Amino acid sequence: MSDTATTTVEPPRYSRAPRKARGLEKRAWLYMRASGILLVVLIFGHLLINMFLGTGVRAIDFAFVAGKLANPFWIVWDSLILWLALIHGANGMRTIVNDYARGALRAVLLGALLVATVVLLVLGSLVLWTFDPCIGDTSSGVLAELCGAQ
Amino acid sequence: MHEESGPASGAATATIDPPKPRRIAGTLYRGREGMWSWVLHRITGVAIFFFLLVHILDTALVRLDADAYDAVIGTYKTPIMGLGEAGLVAAIGLHALNGLRIIAIDFIPGATRVQRPLFWIAIVLWVALLAGFLPRHLMHVFGGA
Ligand code: HEM
Repeated sequence: MSDTATTTVEPPRYSRAPRKARGLEKRAWLYMRASGILLVVLIFGHLLINMFLGTGVRAIDFAFVAGKLANPFWIVWDSLILWLALIHGANGMRTIVNDYARGALRAVLLGALLVATVVLLVLGSLVLWTFDPCIGDTSSGVLAELCGAQ
Repeated sequence: MHEESGPASGAATATIDPPKPRRIAGTLYRGREGMWSWVLHRITGVAIFFFLLVHILDTALVRLDADAYDAVIGTYKTPIMGLGEAGLVAAIGLHALNGLRIIAIDFIPGATRVQRPLFWIAIVLWVALLAGFLPRHLMHVFGGA
């Protein structure tokens, strides 16, 4: 950077991305920000209930989760986190892969990212929406009555 | 974002003096707070992403086998994992607060000029968040009751 000579540059002195790509990338850019704002509320609510109130992480077990998922409010809450965070994270990882990997490696990493994201979205959604408290200990308490008929 | 073409679009050849090498700070992403906040944002983003992958898998056990879920979640209550959770909450807190700073810079006119103070505001809020969370969490993990 010690070059002191004056440089002459031919026009045009910049390159601009094609219009079409910009539309899609701009949507991804907007999604990162919109999902980020929603995730602040969703994730801090999640951490407050699961990691802070009561005895925090100590309280978490099958019964704790069954209690939460008995309420559709938390099924919707957790589904929103699942979809918004996983897509936000995957899109962020796409940016990073594009920054550091080229050629075949980039293609493999982006493919793995896409597969992992789709598989986990489906798996997580199935878990949340088909949850069955009766696979737990039903020998006593509310579940004995609720699941006894089965 | 650059919607309109700048003065560089003229047809004539331009003569540009070489950049002054003395200062590298003074832009949004090169040097100092702007750069280090970006580095931290990237590292925390990757860490949270990999944790999320694992977290979806461990939680999936809740649909398959109640005892297996309890066994895996039991390991989350050990001291080592407890420290990991502390680090994870710290990472998410920093990513979230700096994320709000990025959003403010992008959407609030003039916020770019105060991006450095905004970074330090995010850091102060982050320290306050951890001051509220960490003692309680460490008590849950290491304490008796
Ligand atoms: C808590 C609320 C969150 C907020 C406010 C937030 C905000 C942001 C913002 C504004 C960006 C920059 C996007 C860009 O430069 O175009 C970003 C990037 C990123 N986020 Fe988040 N985010 C949050 C949660 C998460 C979560 C839960 C994950 C992981 C699953 C995550 C992973 C990432 C990754 C990997 C990047 C890319 C970093 C880079 O390009 O250097 N974020 N986030």
